This record gives sequence, structure tokens and C-alpha cells, in this order.
Amino acid sequence: MTDLITDLPTFYGAIWQTLVMVLVALIVAGVIGLGIGILLYATAPGRLLENRTANLVTNVVVNIVRPVPFIIFIVAIEPLTVRVLGTYLGVQGAAFAISLGAAFAVSRIVEQNLVAVDPGVVEAARSMGASPARIIFTVLIPEGLGPLILGYTFVYVALVDMSAQAGAVGGGGLGDFAIQYGLNRFNYPIIYVTVAVIIVIVQLGQFFGNWLARRVMRR
Amino acid sequence: MTDALVRLEGVSKTYASPAGPVTAVQDLSLDVIQGEILGVIGYSGAGKSTLVRLINALELPTTGRVFVGDDELTALPEKRRRAVRREIGMIFQQFNLFNSRTVAGNVGYPLKLAGVKQPERDRRIARLLDFVGLLDRAHAYPDQLSGGQKQRVGIARALATDPKLLLADEATSALDPETTADVLALLKKVNRELGVTIVVITHEMDAIRAIADRVAVMDGGRLAELGNVYDVFASPSTPTVARFVATVLRDRPSAETLQRLRASHAGRLVTVKVPDRRGFAGLLASTLAEHGVSGEIVYGGISELQEKPIGSLTYELIGSDAATDAALAALRVNGVVVAEEDAE
Repeated sequence: MTDLITDLPTFYGAIWQTLVMVLVALIVAGVIGLGIGILLYATAPGRLLENRTANLVTNVVVNIVRPVPFIIFIVAIEPLTVRVLGTYLGVQGAAFAISLGAAFAVSRIVEQNLVAVDPGVVEAARSMGASPARIIFTVLIPEGLGPLILGYTFVYVALVDMSAQAGAVGGGGLGDFAIQYGLNRFNYPIIYVTVAVIIVIVQLGQFFGNWLARRVMRR
Repeated sequence: MTDALVRLEGVSKTYASPAGPVTAVQDLSLDVIQGEILGVIGYSGAGKSTLVRLINALELPTTGRVFVGDDELTALPEKRRRAVRREIGMIFQQFNLFNSRTVAGNVGYPLKLAGVKQPERDRRIARLLDFVGLLDRAHAYPDQLSGGQKQRVGIARALATDPKLLLADEATSALDPETTADVLALLKKVNRELGVTIVVITHEMDAIRAIADRVAVMDGGRLAELGNVYDVFASPSTPTVARFVATVLRDRPSAETLQRLRASHAGRLVTVKVPDRRGFAGLLASTLAEHGVSGEIVYGGISELQEKPIGSLTYELIGSDAATDAALAALRVNGVVVAEEDAE
């Protein structure tokens, strides 16, 4: 336990790094994933922007990225990370990799939730003369917002997990801390404390997401 | 042409399906006349839902042309078609309200699309909700409303942009009989007070009878009959039409009833159509008496449609065959529509 106290500033720094990675990735992956998800939904047969080619290409790309284990994905895109950021190391490099990897997962979650929106309301909006873009942003997303928030909450928890994996390959954060100060020094208390903090981060996010979704759905 | 608000010219719609192409609407031509309520009836799968979606170009025909007012929808680019749709209201069987918006938000949505700014928007929302009797529920969400209230919101939303045309796709099919009557009365009010032309798609002949001026009967994607509601009810031209009419009037004995009647009545069974004129019963009684035939009513019903009597009565006629034939001939000469129920 003494180690943890002497390493306290590093520990706090690791918590901060994890939070930064997760929040940056949540925003970046959230926005990119939303876009890809809308594309997956809207270009499918019978939908607002039906387009076989666009739908097929988007699906294939998403399906190529999604099955790659994340820890391998980070390493595989290192050249790209370096080209974009100048480095693959640290919080920056990890946030980039996490954002990109998570975007494809987000896209499927967005697609699923949009598919679940009653097509009748889309038809009603079409009958009023609304454009496809207008329908997407003023009908589909508001109608599916509750489940979308729960989907994003699910993603948040996955991001905490991904950030820990990124730590294992030089990304910093709590995962990195647990490995360097806990695992490598056989200091199990440090591992347990780190895990406890991760659990708290996950719990807080999950509760907040549930609360927000409930508020939006008013039920 | 001048009084046609909607004109369909030789319209067909074919869908691709895993089982091969399906033709929903086949070579159909139809005018919707300015100011009328046109009922379109047919069994499910008869193509009525496709038909109504062809009118506002939610579906485009495979062949044929669709005109609304002066616009040929089938020749316009999609962007222009959207502008035309803003002038056409539509209500749905499942209401299709936006659950994320309040009642006022639902009614205000098409106004926002039309670029109507505050405070004009709020004024119009209030006026519309007042018209449908839901002003006090403006801030409620759809899931807090009954089915009938939801459809009223649907109607207010469809009327928001002062459309000339309202399309009602099975608008009362999810409602109970009492609420159905309320919503139909509201549609009639929309037609009479606001002068909105309405196309009512339904599988319930009762709805047609309650509000429609003309009725189009669809069968297998084709137009089986089109005419004034009274005429179609009084003399249906095809078996499909007759079956629909029978669901409402219930004045003709079914095959089983007829069999029972035959077993218990020795005389000849004839069904007389109730005409829209006075003195029919006296004429019938005196003609039968003149020929020494006696008649007894064994089945039938008379109701009112468009303020005119409609229905038929089935008589058992007792007398010699020759006398009965002569009596029937005399009735026909006097313009009474009488049909003998065929013996097996």
C-alpha cells in the first residue's frame, strides 16, 4: 500500500488520462459513428436515401473493422496514427485509436436504434413534405433518442475497457498504471484499487446514462 | 377536368418481391372531384393503400400519370414533389404521431416545415386544436392520449398547412365504433366547413356510408366500381361490391337463411328493392290483391343513405304460379325492382 501512496500523483494522473481518453473518444466516435450509422440506416433498401452501392460499401467497411480485436487494431493503425498525430504514444495516440475503433461499433448501435423507430412516423414526415435530412435530424433521432442514449452509455462502458487495453500498448491511463505499478511489481493492492476506480467510473457513467434516457423518454 | 382536384391516368404500380413482381394497382384511372369525400373501399391487398400513396407521390407509379391540381406529380423532380406534399394532408390508421413531441409540437411540425414563424405558429396551433376539440391537451404527449384523441391530433396536424386535399388511410380502423363515429363526424366537418376534399381509404363500408359522396370499389388492384354512394349501394354491379354492400345493409338473406326460409315457407320467395319514392307499399299490396296473390314479409331491412331510403324486403308469395307470374310482371311494369330467389 505504501507504493500506492508514494505513487499517488501518478495514480491521479492515470485517472485523468483515462477520463480524457474516454470522453474524447465518446465525442469523436459518437459523432463519426452517428454519421456512419445514419448512412447504414438510410441507404438500406426501402429507406429515405436508398442506395445499394453506398449501403454495401458501408456495410463491408464496418464489417472489416469490427471483428478485429481492439488491441491488435491499435497496433495495426499505428502508421496512420503517426501520420495524423506525429506519434502513436500517450493519451493522444490512444484516444485516436479508440475513437476510430469505437466509431464502427457506435455505427451499428445507431443503426439498430434507428431501425427500431416506427417507420410510420417517417412516412408521416414524408407526407408533410420533409426532406430526408430534415427527417433524419428532426424525426428519426428525436424519436429514437432514449434508446440511443442507452446505446451510447453502453459504448461509454466499452470505451473504459478499450482505454485500459490501449494502456497495455503505451497509451497511458489506468490500464497502463495497473500493469506498470501493479502487475509488473506484483503489487496486487494497486491492481485492486485501480479496478475499484474503474468500476466507479463505469457505474457513474451508467447511472447518468440511465437517468438521462429516462428523462428523455419521460416514462 | 376543371373540377378534378386529383387525376390518375392509367396508373399501375408493380413491386419487386422475393416471389416475383406483385402488381398492387393495375391500369387505374380515377378523378377526385374538388370538394367531395371520395371513399375507396376494398379488401386488404386490393391496392387501396398503394393508391392513396400514389396521390401524394409517397409511391411513384410504374406506369401512368398522376395530377394534383395543375401539377403532374409523375413529371416533377422529388424536390418539387415535396412542395406539393406540403399542400396535401394525410392521416393514418396508427396515427403516426411523433412521440417525442407534445400535441402542440406535432401540430406545429408541418408549420415549421412551411416556414411559419412564431407567434403566428402558436396562433395557428391553438386554432387547429380548438377545431378538433383538444385545446386543453396541447402540452400532453401522444402516449397520454386515447386512440380517438390521437387521431384528432393527426387530423389537426394534417390540416395545419391549410391543405386542399386530405388523405385518410384507414383512419378509423384502429378505433372502437363510438370513437369511429366521432372521427368520421370530424372528417365530415372538415369537408363541409373548411371545404377540404377528402379521400377516405377503408375496408369498412360503414365509414363510406357515413360520410362519402362517391365510392370507388377496388378489387385485385383494379377499379371494380365507381359512383355515387347511393347508386352503388342500391345496385351493386359486381359480386365484390355486393358483398361489401351486404356487410352494411344486411337486408338480403344469406344462403343459409334462404335455405331455412324455404324449408318453412311453401310459397315463392321474391326480394323487392325498396325504391326512393312514396306509395311503394300500397302499389305492392294492390297489385298482389288484383292477381289474387297474398304476400308475407319474411326477411328484409330498410335504412337511410344520403337522406334516402335504401334496402330490400323478401316476401313469400302464395297463389297459383300463373297468378304470381302475372303479379310480378305487373310490378315490374310499374318500375318495381323484384327478383325471385332462385329455387335450388
